[in-house]
Amino acid sequence: MGTSADISGDQSRNQEEQKLAFEMVTFQSSQPLRLDSGEDLYPVVQAYNTYGTLNADNTNAVLVCHALTLDQHAANVHPATGKEGWWQGMIGPGCPIDTNRFFVICPNVVGGCQGTTGPESINPETGKPYGLDFPVITIADMVRAQVQLIDHLGIDKLFCVAGGSMGGMQTLEWASTYADRVYSAIPIATAARHSAQNIAFHEVGRQAVQADPDWHDGAYYEHGTRPRKGLAVARMAAHITYMSESSLFQKFDRNLQDGEEFTYGFGPDFQIESYLRHQGSTFVDRFDANSYLYITRAMDYFDLAAGHGDSLANAFKDTETRFCVVSFTSDWHYPTTYNKQIVHALNAVAANVSFVEIESDKGHDAFLLDEPEMFSTLRGFIDSTAERRGLG
Amino acid sequence: MALKPLDNRRDLSIIADLVEPSSRVLDVGCGEGELLEILATKRNVDGRGVELSQDGVNACVTRGLSVIQGDADQDLGDYPKDAFDYIILSKTIQATRNPGTVLRQMRRIGRHVIVSFPNFGHWKIRVQLGLLGRMPETDTLSDKWYETPNIHLCTVKDFVTLCDELDLEVVQGLMLSGGTVRHASNPGFFDNLLAEEAVFLLKRR
Repeated sequence: MGTSADISGDQSRNQEEQKLAFEMVTFQSSQPLRLDSGEDLYPVVQAYNTYGTLNADNTNAVLVCHALTLDQHAANVHPATGKEGWWQGMIGPGCPIDTNRFFVICPNVVGGCQGTTGPESINPETGKPYGLDFPVITIADMVRAQVQLIDHLGIDKLFCVAGGSMGGMQTLEWASTYADRVYSAIPIATAARHSAQNIAFHEVGRQAVQADPDWHDGAYYEHGTRPRKGLAVARMAAHITYMSESSLFQKFDRNLQDGEEFTYGFGPDFQIESYLRHQGSTFVDRFDANSYLYITRAMDYFDLAAGHGDSLANAFKDTETRFCVVSFTSDWHYPTTYNKQIVHALNAVAANVSFVEIESDKGHDAFLLDEPEMFSTLRGFIDSTAERRGLG
Repeated sequence: MALKPLDNRRDLSIIADLVEPSSRVLDVGCGEGELLEILATKRNVDGRGVELSQDGVNACVTRGLSVIQGDADQDLGDYPKDAFDYIILSKTIQATRNPGTVLRQMRRIGRHVIVSFPNFGHWKIRVQLGLLGRMPETDTLSDKWYETPNIHLCTVKDFVTLCDELDLEVVQGLMLSGGTVRHASNPGFFDNLLAEEAVFLLKRR
């Protein structure tokens, strides 16, 4: 689907170069993004990708929400890394989210760094990148920006909103705040509130970034530096939370990187060390450190019940949305208990909810991997829901 | 959740006949969704399920049914009063830890309650226990005593007594034996002796 992208002239060259890989729309001061912090943000560029074709009555749209460090490239080769889309197994012709039937939209979140307005974007007031002048955003703000995009695309009601981890938080926010615009929702490996443990891990990452002298209080763009080391450490720490102990054991155990002897130094003796260093260093090539600060903050602030008298059930009162909640047995980052809290709340309002816990040893990352049982249950849920929606 | 050999579920079609078309139904211990599927296709029912076994849940969701992983003993407290027109517990009550509490929750959540269970008062069972001195094994209760999930078996008479204590009125009682079904809203001595299984439609008194 082609959209007339109203690109303002002062976008960074980086975005111009990536223009062919995705679509963009800009919302100017006439349509500011009203943030939870009270500020109005404009202009806001919304970068997104689409797959499939919107049907004549605009009823077959599926919004896919991405996780913390992912982006709009859910089912296409990433223009920067050359890697295949992060949900390639889920979205495509014949996949559970079948692009022969559905029109799939995947936006980059506000605060992100892949084309949507974020701390790396140019602040129109200064002509320089925002850095820490970028307002603190929330999950609700991300969703509010997505509502603008969906309006722009002429879609009144989404057939489905789906996402894992932070994408699941956006899914829950959509289903709660815009219930009449969401026919079905698939929150995966997520939480309705960020726990102290979740916040703790994020704070470690943020402190690592801020401790890097190249961070320059967030103004590193002007200094021609990037807090590579800090962001890499943040990524390494976070990456551990995405994997299970058993997957680390199976993949690495105590295997040595080179040879059979310790080096009696601090190089990457163990394969796991080498793997984490690689994860850290490749991450900094594709991700903006300030975006990492802002997006982790948005996740930490997320507590869906807080805005509803501390009752999660109230957040879904009178909902007619059909839900399918998914968790994974070995996910200790967003464990089954967090996902079941969502299910309990939905039961309390007699909502239509399915819940599956998928047996997997891959940890939190399982939602991004080839998990046949996840695919088959979601296919069953989506197909039966499509039939009810008259999209058979 | 409970014992549910697929070839021995004649109670399912009988239960389906008790449910008004187009109603809202919660099937507690729904297994792989056999009853929910019958209800959806034949009675146009808006059905939900709760199932303890994750395999059962995943099978249900794959079939397009709305089912969550949960436990009759623990998870019924979440649901609001009168959430469903019918709440069904088919051949599951004998495997719950607190059948009284489960029934009390069902009474709150559903306008009607349907319960089916194997009758421990059946004459074959009485003979095995009373005369032969062995724990009974029948077609409906085929597990060995040390393998059975059934920890709260009861007779038709016991069940009716509990319903009375919980202010649940018997709207219909169906006694299943061999291929026959007898109606007995007020089951007597011979019903309790001859029924292999029983299905009760109950409502709040």
